[in-house]
Amino acid sequence: MTDNSTLFRCEGISKSFGESQVLSDVSFSVGAGEVVALVGENGAGKSTLMNICFGMPSIINTGGYSGRLFLDDQHANFKSPKEALEAGIGMVHQEFSLIPGFTGTENILLNREPVISSVLESVFGPRINALDRPKMEERSTAALGKLGVRLDAGEPVSRMPVGHKQFLEIAREIDRSQTRLLVLDEPTAVLTESEASILIEAIRKLASSGLGIIFISHRLREVMELCDKVVVLRDGHKVAEMPTSQTSVREIASYMVLRDKQKGGEADSGGRRDFSNAPIALKVRDLWVEMPGERVNNVSLDVREGEILGLAGLAGQGKLGIPAGIMGLKLSGGSMEFYGRNLPLNNPRQCLESGLAFVSEDRRGVGLLLDETIQMNIAFSALQIKKDFLRSIGPFKLVDDAAMEENAMKYIDLLAIKCNSPLQKAGHLSGGNQQKVCLAKAFTMSPKLLFVSEPTRGIDVGAKELVLNSLRRYNQDSNTTVVVTSSELEELRSVCHRIAVINEGRVAGILPATAPVEDFGLLMSGEGLGDDSGEGAGK
Amino acid sequence: MSTNQIAVPSGHKLETFLLNSIIPIIFLVLSAGAIYLSGYSAPYVIQEMFTRLGRNLFLILALLIPIMAGMGLNFGMVLGAMAGQIALILVVDWAVVGLPGLMLTAIISIPIAIVSGILCGLVLNRAKGSEMVTSLILGFFAKGIYDLTVLYGMGSIIPISSPDLVLSRGFGIRNAVSLIETRGALDQMIMLNIKGIQIPLGTYLIIALFALLIVWFRRTKLGQDMRAVSQSMTVAQAAGINVDRTRLIAIVISTVLAGFGQIIYLQNMGTLSTYNSQDQAGMYAIAALLVGGASVTRATLVNAVVGVLLFHILFFSAPMAGKAIAGKAEIGEYFRVFVAYGVIAAALVLHAWRRRRGEALAARMASAQQAQAEGGTA
Repeated sequence: MTDNSTLFRCEGISKSFGESQVLSDVSFSVGAGEVVALVGENGAGKSTLMNICFGMPSIINTGGYSGRLFLDDQHANFKSPKEALEAGIGMVHQEFSLIPGFTGTENILLNREPVISSVLESVFGPRINALDRPKMEERSTAALGKLGVRLDAGEPVSRMPVGHKQFLEIAREIDRSQTRLLVLDEPTAVLTESEASILIEAIRKLASSGLGIIFISHRLREVMELCDKVVVLRDGHKVAEMPTSQTSVREIASYMVLRDKQKGGEADSGGRRDFSNAPIALKVRDLWVEMPGERVNNVSLDVREGEILGLAGLAGQGKLGIPAGIMGLKLSGGSMEFYGRNLPLNNPRQCLESGLAFVSEDRRGVGLLLDETIQMNIAFSALQIKKDFLRSIGPFKLVDDAAMEENAMKYIDLLAIKCNSPLQKAGHLSGGNQQKVCLAKAFTMSPKLLFVSEPTRGIDVGAKELVLNSLRRYNQDSNTTVVVTSSELEELRSVCHRIAVINEGRVAGILPATAPVEDFGLLMSGEGLGDDSGEGAGK
Repeated sequence: MSTNQIAVPSGHKLETFLLNSIIPIIFLVLSAGAIYLSGYSAPYVIQEMFTRLGRNLFLILALLIPIMAGMGLNFGMVLGAMAGQIALILVVDWAVVGLPGLMLTAIISIPIAIVSGILCGLVLNRAKGSEMVTSLILGFFAKGIYDLTVLYGMGSIIPISSPDLVLSRGFGIRNAVSLIETRGALDQMIMLNIKGIQIPLGTYLIIALFALLIVWFRRTKLGQDMRAVSQSMTVAQAAGINVDRTRLIAIVISTVLAGFGQIIYLQNMGTLSTYNSQDQAGMYAIAALLVGGASVTRATLVNAVVGVLLFHILFFSAPMAGKAIAGKAEIGEYFRVFVAYGVIAAALVLHAWRRRRGEALAARMASAQQAQAEGGTA
């Protein structure tokens, strides 16, 4: 499969966005006809690395990068995606960039349509030429033929299954005759198993025709099946590069998630209680949620009273969709019971009234009223739902500012919210302090069950500890059940009692927080536990 | 891989059809009722239909291309109408009459329309997503500039010599400009007379020519780009299509066509109401197109023709129908005006509602598809 000529090579690539170092000294190479897997957790630096290779403006505008790229042993420095395209690098992004109402053919040839020249061209420019439809058909058929798939390219994309859309995206890159290196960013993430296997067959076929391919995926089994070589990134460093023939899914998974030994052991410490006999607080059955990018397909889950349950999983696998769906912020279906009582879905108000509360990952959008004061923000939901902080004067109800202030002062003190006064506008606070205001708002509701999504996203290390500690303490002091959703496994392992790993919109497995970190890695990669052959994810 | 097509349940299909043609259906009923009540004879109605088709259809053609580019109904077409009117005043003053006069008018309107079209396009590119309300307000703003130019500029800065045109104070154009010398120049070019019904074939030929141009335009690279831009600006941009320029071109074409349309309209009417004609041009053209079953995102030539017929039948028979019902022609006149605005409002509401319904349906189908795919692999 692999011949010796190196097609593409990165040498010592480093990149930082402001203070944070995203990539440090990453080198790897791709040969002609070789399929190289690039794996790593979210935030490991895969996307940044690919953006560098593709000359994306987001890289150029943030100060460029250091290190060098070589294409055919020629030094390459792309200043725009266009230059990268012309040099022969094709990229298929995770989200579909297709025009829904156009046919497959029209999409494959978008903005590269063959035209029939006419005299009008000299007056009005080349865009006045009519499209050459027969030639378009011919070219799209040829590109799809190279992929070895059959689909009706005359049909509008909006009516095609997702799998076909993915093929169209790839066919579009293949149609560019100069494409020699193809980057596929999670191409199988949205596909069913049978679709994915056809795609893998197609990629093999492309590689055998001499294309170099970089395959980004978290499905390690596919990586093992398809790729010649695997490169593992973690926290911006290349931690492993090895031929797939000399490794195993388990080894790759442990490279992906393992940080260092001491940290891995930390989760064992601290008295963890056992909740297996506690009553079930929330019972969720067959939940599906329409949340773009975080779709939930079929989740059944029991949350027990008094525990902290973590929802882990890679971005886009649906973990964020679960609380949003339960709380009625996104369209959802299925059924749920709260302390044995049926709770209707898609009804945020009733959820709040029943004693559920939610701290959204979208602080600025859903969580806060940015133009209101801190004390108003903290009191807001309780005021709306529970009619707290109101005093009656005759028939009128007035907002009780004094009580609101007192409550705000309590939490400013408790959570160490940095502000000048409770009357400061929430929009003026830093990210970490806004997060604390969101938590205070949820605590003020004194909920029976609290959902917290990405509690530490975008806040600094010191604030992180405070936020996590306050969650822990709140859970212990008032015996409130907490469900924490986070992309950071270590964070979950340090606060949770049990962790459910969400993969492809389902529960891949539920582990105690003390389980070995590789097991979490395996579940996140869609592998079952136990043996490497992996027998789908169990209940 | 099996292509699991999820068929839309047939109940939805009928519902969708009714929903899409609800406005034409209502209008068919209204128009039929109005004709019956007005007591007009069949030849008269047919004659009026032919006349009004020639008079109004071209103006509506001007709306098609911005819709194709995803910019909605171009209320800014009044800018083009104003360009046509300014050209018309100048040519009347120069006393170039008949068909040559009309052609000169058309030629003079082009640069004015292009300039105002570019300005309009530049503004709309900064107001992506709210093109319609922006172009509506832009039309009001342009009217101010137009009034200023015609009321104060003409006869003072822009030389106008004919005393028939200029107000007695020495500058500014009179309220009504008679186009007696060019009246019907295009219509009369080839006038068919079939059993007493006059058919302005010359106008029809011009309209047919431009309609063919629009059909052909859809097949060009530029047309394809406009369709792409209308569906997803981000995807089009990512594919290297210059989105802003494409949208600008759409508006410029629309403005130039609106100028031509207004000239054709006015040569048929024979009088230019200097300060009012353009307002009606925009609102009635849009109402007629919507009556024909077009939506904010989709409009065809058929919609345009059907719309002109239905809308204008109601328009000319309403006064008589009003007289028959209430004894007063004004009742019918009020009726037709609020119907025009009502149609625009209803079409906008229907469009928003239909889009939400479509999204919900798509979401349901997607989950059904997912479930089916799972059933296949599990």
